[in-house]
Parts: sequence; C-alpha cells; structure tokens
Amino acid sequence: MNLSFLRVSIWVYLAIFFLYLLGPLVIMSVTAFNSSAFPRMTPWECLTFQWFGELFQDQRILNGIKNSLIIGAGTVVLSVAMGLAGALMLTQIWPKLRATYYTIIIAPILIPGVVLGISTLVFWDRINRMLGLGADSVLSNGIFLTVIGQSTFIASYCMLVLVARLQRYDVALTEAALDLGATHAQAFRKILLPFMRPAIASAAVLAFLASFENYNTTTFTFGEYPTLTIELAQKVRYGITPSISALAFIIVALTVFFALLNEAKLKRQELVAAARKNATVEELAGKIKLPSFFAGNVAAMLVVIFAAATITVVGTATAYSPDQCIANVKEQKQLEADQRIQELRKQREERRKQREADEAEQGETQSAPKPSNNSGFGNVFAPNALSGDEDESNAEPQPSTNGGFGGAFDPNSLKTDE
Amino acid sequence: MSAGVGVDLENLWIRFGDFVAVRDANVNINGGDFFSFLGPSGCGKTTILRAVSGFLDPSEGKVLIGGNDMRGIGPNKRPTALIFQNLALFPLMKVWENITFSMEIKGASAKERRKRADELLDMIALPGQGDKLPSELSGGQRQRVAIARALCAEPDVLLLDEPLSALDLKLRQHMRTELREIQQRVGITFIYITHDQGEALTMSDNIAVMRAGVIDQIADGKTIYNDPNTAFAASFVGENNVFRGKIKQVMGNEAMIATNRSGDLVARISTANQGKLKEGDDAMMFIRPEAFAIAPDGATGDHFVTARVNHEEFEGNVFNIFTEGEGGKEIKVSIPNHGQSFQDHTGQNITLEYEAQNAVLVPAGELAAE
Repeated sequence: MNLSFLRVSIWVYLAIFFLYLLGPLVIMSVTAFNSSAFPRMTPWECLTFQWFGELFQDQRILNGIKNSLIIGAGTVVLSVAMGLAGALMLTQIWPKLRATYYTIIIAPILIPGVVLGISTLVFWDRINRMLGLGADSVLSNGIFLTVIGQSTFIASYCMLVLVARLQRYDVALTEAALDLGATHAQAFRKILLPFMRPAIASAAVLAFLASFENYNTTTFTFGEYPTLTIELAQKVRYGITPSISALAFIIVALTVFFALLNEAKLKRQELVAAARKNATVEELAGKIKLPSFFAGNVAAMLVVIFAAATITVVGTATAYSPDQCIANVKEQKQLEADQRIQELRKQREERRKQREADEAEQGETQSAPKPSNNSGFGNVFAPNALSGDEDESNAEPQPSTNGGFGGAFDPNSLKTDE
Repeated sequence: MSAGVGVDLENLWIRFGDFVAVRDANVNINGGDFFSFLGPSGCGKTTILRAVSGFLDPSEGKVLIGGNDMRGIGPNKRPTALIFQNLALFPLMKVWENITFSMEIKGASAKERRKRADELLDMIALPGQGDKLPSELSGGQRQRVAIARALCAEPDVLLLDEPLSALDLKLRQHMRTELREIQQRVGITFIYITHDQGEALTMSDNIAVMRAGVIDQIADGKTIYNDPNTAFAASFVGENNVFRGKIKQVMGNEAMIATNRSGDLVARISTANQGKLKEGDDAMMFIRPEAFAIAPDGATGDHFVTARVNHEEFEGNVFNIFTEGEGGKEIKVSIPNHGQSFQDHTGQNITLEYEAQNAVLVPAGELAAE
C-alpha cells in the first residue's frame, strides 16, 4: 500500500513537472489557432490559420529573422574557430598554466550578458574613434558588433564542447601522419579535423541556438539590424497578437522535429552497429533495408507521423476557410453589442428625461449640461466612440468588445496610439 | 653487406631537465640489419627511437641516417617510418586509405592508391580487407596493416616501438617470424624496440642491451646470451643463476672465484672482461639453468655445487629443480626431458655439475629486476 502510494505520488509529481515545463508552450501553441484577436485559448472562437499569414506578412518579423540568421551564421563561424583554437591551446599549453588558462577562457560565461554587450559597444566605439572612422564604418555596424559581442561568450561554450572530444584524441595519430610525410597543416586537416567533426557540428548547433535566442547582449549592439528576439521584445511592448503565438508554434515544431530526426538517426546507427556485430558485410547488405528502418525505432516512427501531420495541417490550412465561422462570431458579437447599445441608449434616454424633469423643476439655474459620464465605462460604449478606430478595409462596423476592460486589450485600439 | 641505409648514433645524449634519458650512446647499425634495442621499461630505448624518427632533438651528439646528419630535419622529411606501440591507425579511414596515407600526402590518385594498397594487402596476407575500418580487424591484422602503412611510405629505415606487446602469446610468436620474413623480403633496415628478450633474440641480427640510459652491450644474440659483458646483460637476457664472490686466482681466460655459499668455483671470464678482472675484485658468476647436470652424490671439486632442493616443477620439455641459493634467491636447474624416469628430490641435498666453459664471470654490478 505504501509502495503504491509512492508510485502514485511519483506519477503525480511527473505530471505536475511536465505541466509546468510544457504547459505554457502547449497553451501558446493553441492560441495560434484561435481567431480571437488577443492570444487566448478560451473562449474558443474559430479555428484559423490567419495568424500564420499575418506573421509572414510582418516585415519587421521577417527582417528580424533574416538578421538573426546572418548573425547566427557569423557567430557560428567565429565562435567555433575561436573555440577550436582555444581547445587546441589548452592541450598544448604548459601543464602548470592549464588551470589558470582554463579559468580565463571560461570567465566570459560567468559574466552577465548585459556587461558583455555594453563593453563590446564601448570598446569598439573607442577603436572606431581611434581609427578616425565615421559612424557608418564596419566597426560600428550592428551585425559586426553583435557577432563579436555574442562570440565573446559563445566561443567559450564551443571550447567546452570541443575540449571534451579533444581529450580523447591520441596525439600519436598526428605523429603517425607527420612520420608518414604529412606537414603539420596536412596532419591537422586530414587527421585531427575529421576526428573533431562531430564535436564541431555540436558546437556549431549550440553556437547558433545561443546566438539566435540571445537578447541581453544583442540589445546593446544590434544598431540598425534588430534580431528576431529584439523585434519580439519591441512588439510585445506595443501589444501582443496571436501571430507571435504562431511564430512560437513554428519554432517549437521545428525544434521537436529536428530533435526527433536526430534521435531517429542515432537510433538507426545503433541498430546498424548491433546488426553489424551479428552479421558479415554481405549479409548486412540484405538485412538493413528501408522497410525495417522503423523496426524498434520509435523516434523514426514519430518523425514520419510528424511529417504526415504537418502535410495534413498545411493541406487543411489551404483548403479550410474560417470566414464563415468568423463572420458568425462577428455577427453574434455585433448582436450582443447592439443589444448593449440599445440598453445604454435606453438608460441614457431615461436619465436625460429625468434630468430634464429635474432641470425643469430647478428652473434655468444651470447653464450647461454636464457630459453624461455615469455609465461606469467612460464613453467607450457610446456608439460614436468607436468610429475613429475603424481602419479595416471592409466597411463592416467594428464589433465592440464586450469584456469588462473597456476594450483595452483590443489590439486595434492600440493602433491609434502609434 | 646489404644495400640498405645504415643508422649511426654518435655520442648521443638526451636530457629532460635534470633527468638523463640517454647517456652517451654510440651505435652503428648496418644497412639492412634487423637491430633491436632491448631493455626494461624506462631505460631510454623509446627515447632513442624518437630521436631517430625526429620527434625529439638530441641534447648532444648526432643521429646519422645513411651518413647524413639529421639535425633540424623534421619527422616528415626523414627517410624513416615509425610503427607506434599502439599502432596509431587512423580510426576514421578505411584500411586501404590508412595504408596509402603517405601517397595521399604526395597527391597520388585514388586509383593508384587502391592498386598499391591491394599489392601491400596481398603481401601482408590480408587480401580483400581494404574496405574495412581498422576497428573491424583483429589485433594481429591491425598489426600487419600498420606495417603495410609504414612500408607504403618506402622508408629506408623502419622503426618499431614494441609493436607486439599488445598481442597474445601465440600471435606474438607468429608475428615474430612474419616480421623477420618481411624484413628479409624488403631488405631495409629495421630498428626494433622491445623489453622481451625472446623477441630480440629470435628476430635480430644485432642487439643493444640498455639499462637506465646506458648501452651495456651491442652484439648478436648468441654472443649476448653466452658471453655477456655485464651483470645486467647476463641477468636480463634469459634466465640465469648468480653466484657472488671475490676473484681468488686468474688462470688465463678462466678464474677461480671464492663464492659466499658454494666454496671455490671455476668459470670462464667473459670476453670483454678478460685482462680486466683481477684477483681480489668483486665478481659475479652466471650459470644458465640448462648448463647444470645432476652429479653423483658426494662429488666435490671446483665445478660442483651442492644445495638443498626446495621444490620441483615439470614444465613439459624440462624438469625444473629449485634449490636454495644466495640471499633468498633460488638456483634454478633445468633438466631436459628425454622421457627418462625422474626422481623427486624435494627436501634432499643434491650435487650439481657444470662445465667451466658454460659459466661466465663478470664484474659485480647491478642485476635486472625480476
């Protein structure tokens, strides 16, 4: 009994843990498909793909992605090169200095990104001025500064990954290559580099991801080239639409897809290795065929299911039109709004009548009537108050939000602020 | 004399900080020879090999290959190829790519390389294995691939750093003959490093016995076995029984030694020490286990030893008798098995006989560790 209680509590714990970990992602992904103008899951209005369309029409987001990709590529090249150089140095350096060197090389990871960002900016600005270059020189270019700034600490991550592999390298291999007539450069290129390739690939992926998601260093250095994270942060400041959820969904989906793909590949290698142990080369040619690709490989199956699901969704998205549903919801909202307006009008009419009656009683003591501001919502529900907000091309009357927030979360209400 | 390229070490010193790894080595290796450096681990033999291959610069003295001073010439420019102790096959390359790496460096086409690889694979008796990875081969096969890779570079001198130490006994014995055969076929100079005297004796034309950075003796295997220069060479190469004592009387090439335990015994003075060992010197007498024979009880004289038998062993080809020896060390006697009946002597005193010709006297010195 005690044991089963323990088992149950472990499952409960796991459920809570994964809910905490994945819940926000799931909810955000779901909001990307709700037609509600504010990202929310309830009330569910209509299934829609419009936010994806809006996302890909948003020039700032697209530009941010482009800048992020350029900066990511630059950071990968610079960080992996510096990381490899640092790792090689670590194996060559005098053993007594090794610990000190290691600490110095690792230090940038421990320094806050904000400090790195500011110092990068200040340092290169100084250099720029010393060289007498203008504000439009390469040294003050946002892409250059961001790549340099991010690489200061991403190179350290890369070095850690590369050192781990390098420690398993047998220096005798390089010596053997030299002994067989290779120059140092040839030995490096033909022996060490191929050996390091898997680690270089991991370091490159790591560097790219770290660069792509970086905000706090980039925020000081981006100049005229805002990255995706910068754009998102700025967007959120002015109000959030489900197109951001759509972007988040795409990123989550891509991450899951590549993780599964990698897992499937590893699993396949494992299976091949296992099969190889039990079979000669000739047998193998017949044994490992594509149909048995899935045998015992859950990840591979998931990848295929994932791909099929993507195709289905994209297919549905092109064929499916939520217009009718949206129109229905609009109509419903309109009706509710109309009803509300009618009520308000009625109330106001009653009050006016009452006031007139009062005024008639008091004679002509009051010169001007007070503005009617006693509905509790300001004037937002007055039918005329909304007319200035209309900027959509279709001439349909804008449905008024009937929440209790006076339309504060209606994205359209913010557009006029810009 | 063979046409191969010789290697000479002249007054070679190699120091690491205060530590002297090689002390004044002078060696002449004839072209086409199979030459071994034999010594316990840490004696500096690998250091010599690295100096010859160019990975280490001598602190003093010279390394000459084919008469040319190799100072300042890197390992990739020397006419040597080294077979590493762990073989150092390139793990990510297939066997044929491994073998022809030296050709790839020179820019040979894949077709030429394949052809040469197939020839070499035939030579090392691994035909058709070129497309495997080194990790898919057995220890002995990897060994042969490493040799083929070194030979593909067409070196004048092949250097081997204990290449057989990782193999099991049967394979080791097989590879000995194979290495020797390959050496005779290609006719180049082999320099072989080993701590295994069996390997050195079976394969080498000449052997240098090394101890703590010093070369004790350079000679062919038979000479080193039968006529060692020093106590170290005598005790390191093969099994040997030692008797300590003082020289009592020198009689030409022979001398009488007053031993601590076994009385006065007569032995031959080793060639290098003839005329040097004088009366009163501390000396050591070495007798091989197989040089003893069992004598009738009660026989006495200057070539008889009497001792109590501790235990006996039957090894198949020989009977081993262990008797009380000096300072806790046993005297080992090996009696060849001719199918004769063999009587157990455990606990008894027996008298052993030897011929003075088969006992060797050298100055007292350091013995090899067991």
